[in-house]
Amino acid sequence: MLTDRERQRIEAEVRLYPHPRAAVPEALKIVQDHRGWVPDEAVREIAELLGLSPATVDSTATFYNMILREPTGRHVIFICDNVSCWVTGYHAIRDHLCERLGVALGETTEDKRFTLLPAACLGECDRAPAMLIDGDVYGNLTPEMLNDILARYD
Amino acid sequence: MELVLTKNIRPEGEPLTLAEYEQAGGYEALRRALGMSPQEVQRMVTEANLLGRGGAGFPTGRKWASVPMGERARTPKYFVVNADEMEPGAMKDRLLLEGDPHQLIEGIIISAYAVEASQAYIFLRWEYRLAARRLVSALSQAYHHNRLGRRLLGSSFSLDIHVHLSGGRYMCGEAEALLSALEGRRAVPRSKPPYPTVCGLWGKPTVVNNVETVCNIPHIVKHGPEWFRSLSLTDEGGTKLYGVSGRVKRPGVWELPMGTPIRRLLDDHADGMQDGYGFRALLPGGGSTAFVLEEHLDTPMDFASMEAIGTRLGTGTMIVMDDRTCPVGMVRGLEGFFARESCGWCTPCREGLPWVARTLEALEAGDGRPEDLETLDHHARWLRMGHTFCALAPGAMMPLASALKHFRAEFESHIGARCPWS
Repeated sequence: MLTDRERQRIEAEVRLYPHPRAAVPEALKIVQDHRGWVPDEAVREIAELLGLSPATVDSTATFYNMILREPTGRHVIFICDNVSCWVTGYHAIRDHLCERLGVALGETTEDKRFTLLPAACLGECDRAPAMLIDGDVYGNLTPEMLNDILARYD
Repeated sequence: MELVLTKNIRPEGEPLTLAEYEQAGGYEALRRALGMSPQEVQRMVTEANLLGRGGAGFPTGRKWASVPMGERARTPKYFVVNADEMEPGAMKDRLLLEGDPHQLIEGIIISAYAVEASQAYIFLRWEYRLAARRLVSALSQAYHHNRLGRRLLGSSFSLDIHVHLSGGRYMCGEAEALLSALEGRRAVPRSKPPYPTVCGLWGKPTVVNNVETVCNIPHIVKHGPEWFRSLSLTDEGGTKLYGVSGRVKRPGVWELPMGTPIRRLLDDHADGMQDGYGFRALLPGGGSTAFVLEEHLDTPMDFASMEAIGTRLGTGTMIVMDDRTCPVGMVRGLEGFFARESCGWCTPCREGLPWVARTLEALEAGDGRPEDLETLDHHARWLRMGHTFCALAPGAMMPLASALKHFRAEFESHIGARCPWS
């Protein structure tokens, strides 16, 4: 399951901490980086590699919202639903995205192009409302801007 | 006024390189600190009356003074920077992380020296990708020029700094939960005492300080505690990064003297409300602070003054509620967030916050009943410090309790009727 490249990256991470368990979040992110999400088999192999039980690794994997334990679309949209965005037009952005993509929050489009997820405050409050696609930040959003932005992601 | 923390920051531009930072006087404070004893550095910070900028306002000098020192202390000791800025409405640390990474690095080295820590971690939220790239690049410059690593700047002090990218969750910003996260566990808070300064990361003495707090350290060492106190309009030392978001003309972040009155921020810096929107209230320091009304807009924005009017300075980044926003809906949005972000460790928070969120949803949908307000009052009263494991639920109750007080009529008008604002 784990490729040599994934193993090498995880082993490099282990050396940065006094205990291997501290490398778990990064190990999960490395797998996600290569595959888009973290399958069960990867959890088992990370556990093996770090000398931990699969349950220990999964207890961490299931806590953090940026670690995805289910398959996602090719691009993940995190839309900020927090208070500054809430008062500056979050609802219109969310509704437009849901309608355009034909999904509810938490779902993936049928063509596996996008997954739409809610996010905690993105720290873009001075440019609210905001969203994040694959690590790219978009602020001062209006529903009219969304089609052009989505078109950038195949 | 004198800009301190943001003087090197070029909006929309690249941050200063190591050479440029040194040309602007950078790393002079570090050289000075290395010529002093760690205790002397601690004393300067205590005398400066620097209060923690993460939101709680705990005196930094006092936190440092509780770290066991000398040969009998257990080692290695750790210094951790809380760069997990996730408080709703907060965007101030991002400015410092992206804008002047060497200032933070110099602050970390001096702070670690003051508590004799040999390893530092920057706990950075996953979404701050640009900050991560700039920090890693600045760290590698600092290592290359021996500002970091073994026997840095020819002294007997050695320090390593590593950036830890978080996996997400608001809970990680709580200092002890952050340590659990750094150890690779679920980010749940820890029982205290013992406090992390005695028993923290992997059981070793650990200091956790906020980004803005740490960025102040080089300036205190360079110019002295008296100068630092003189920057402020009140007793609490230094400048402060304040932010305004919501329906104002010019949302943003500004460095101003600590104790700047709310109204000056709103009118002079954020340029007042957008056309067609009136001011109703604001949350002064993030989602977990209590609403402030018009009558208190002349209050100085410092920790003591905000507490005196029943709220908190928190992160100093305010969110304005305009007169076209439904207060019940805004609070419902906030409580939905807190319910989602509860780590689930203690029952009152895990069960109470979703109950609050569902009650507010029902009210907003027109399915509310008169006794719902009692349910909300009950939670606002009992989910307080001492009844929960950490400050998440008590923080979540601040906007709710104050909204129930200030906007009672709006809550009542939602009972059995569709939201009048929709």
